[in-house]
Amino acid sequence: MQIEQIYPFVLVILFAVAAGVVGSFAYMKRMLLASDVISHLALPGLGIAFLLKYNPLTGGAISLFLGTLLIWRIQQRSGLGIDATVGIVFAASLAIGAAVTPNEDLLEALFGASQRLSFIALLIGSAAVFVVLLSIFRLKHQLALSVFSPDLAAATGVRVSRLDLYFLLLFSLTVLVGLRFMGALLGSALIIVPAATANQLTSKMSDFVIASCAASVLSVSLGWTLNLLLLHSSTPGPSIAIVSALLFGASLLKKI
Amino acid sequence: MSTILSVENLHVAFGSRIIIDGLTFSVNAGDSLAIIGPNGSGKTALFRALLGLIPYTGAIHWANGVRPAYVPQQVAADRQLPLTVKDLLQSKSRLLHLPVAEVELVSAQTGLTQDIIDSRIGILSGGQFQKVLIAFALLGHPDVVLFDEPTASLDDLSEEHVYELLHSLQKEQGFTTLLVSHDLSIVYRYATLVLCLNKTKPCLGPPREILTPQMLEELYSAPSKYYQHIHNHRKG
Repeated sequence: MQIEQIYPFVLVILFAVAAGVVGSFAYMKRMLLASDVISHLALPGLGIAFLLKYNPLTGGAISLFLGTLLIWRIQQRSGLGIDATVGIVFAASLAIGAAVTPNEDLLEALFGASQRLSFIALLIGSAAVFVVLLSIFRLKHQLALSVFSPDLAAATGVRVSRLDLYFLLLFSLTVLVGLRFMGALLGSALIIVPAATANQLTSKMSDFVIASCAASVLSVSLGWTLNLLLLHSSTPGPSIAIVSALLFGASLLKKI
Repeated sequence: MSTILSVENLHVAFGSRIIIDGLTFSVNAGDSLAIIGPNGSGKTALFRALLGLIPYTGAIHWANGVRPAYVPQQVAADRQLPLTVKDLLQSKSRLLHLPVAEVELVSAQTGLTQDIIDSRIGILSGGQFQKVLIAFALLGHPDVVLFDEPTASLDDLSEEHVYELLHSLQKEQGFTTLLVSHDLSIVYRYATLVLCLNKTKPCLGPPREILTPQMLEELYSAPSKYYQHIHNHRKG
């Protein structure tokens, strides 16, 4: 086995750790709907990049970044009815992406692929994960206060709107790292589901974040192996998402 | 006594609806200011403006270095939130770089038992939750504490208990309080100064001057007419 073959697995595990941590705060911030849309926002960029035969991840990154700013603006003006607006952005980005993506590339754009990974790509991906983890570690107290009460956080000196933007950008960066494995449709699955699983099992914030990470890493390892040994699909995304959903199902049993 | 807060010609509006229209008052250090007025007279809006949470025009001056703390009427926190009381208090303590012992100190002062400290915030009773909010506000020794109807969701006994606690903490620590309350007996007992808000003419003075039957009728007259109207309408 060549060393290059390990690169995708290393990155997907790192992605799982970042997704577990970011997901636990996204869960507490009750921004699951908005965050689900964020991963879909990569789709128009992916599609245009496929069309122009350009690096799809760069295209995805650009439309993700622009889309994140858009979602942030919408959140700022929540009086407009955030549910409806987010729903519209969701439908529009999915439609634009599906319309512009060449047919043969559509499946990869939607569900990801476990293509080969260069050493440089591994380095960039790892650096992104490092940035996400370090930032969340530094922001954890501010985030904890803002999920409890934005007003009390602001009265304590937290700049809530800036914090929201920063968090959304970290969220997008995490989605971007996982995009090649999970695709635009399942991009946020690993951010949302493990956090929901962890919430069933823990009550303290630190336990919650660790459990979310553990559920995420477990989903990825089991899903990846399942795909490699049994399903032989071109992408591990669906099997990873299925395992994470099964783990959530198992966590529900605890309460019964 | 030194002025800790001065407000000049404050205007707050939500869209085209004017909530506060040219309010001017000041508060001295050590004062206990009660803010009364009918529903919709802008009591909560005033607090939110003082804390810089909503846009306003006019001037709000806090004395140098003063950071007001806030006990809100309610916190719409998700009951499923995986946060314990300890998580919450520690987060504030770390953000303000307070000594480690501070959380324990404030918990003891506000009567939070270890059991409560280790609980998820979602499972607390109304009274326990209110104590947590007070402990949260008192972390970091604020010079001013803004209480927005701290007992709105409590029964009479718990209410009495919370006010006793507030009063003894204030005597002990000497912070200035701004209190929104509907309960005039509480205002009479604890306030040194009363600010009444209404659409026509705000008034400011010691409780014995403000809390007269005549003043109160003037203050609350607008809403009672409003209710009368609805009542008649239903009959017809």
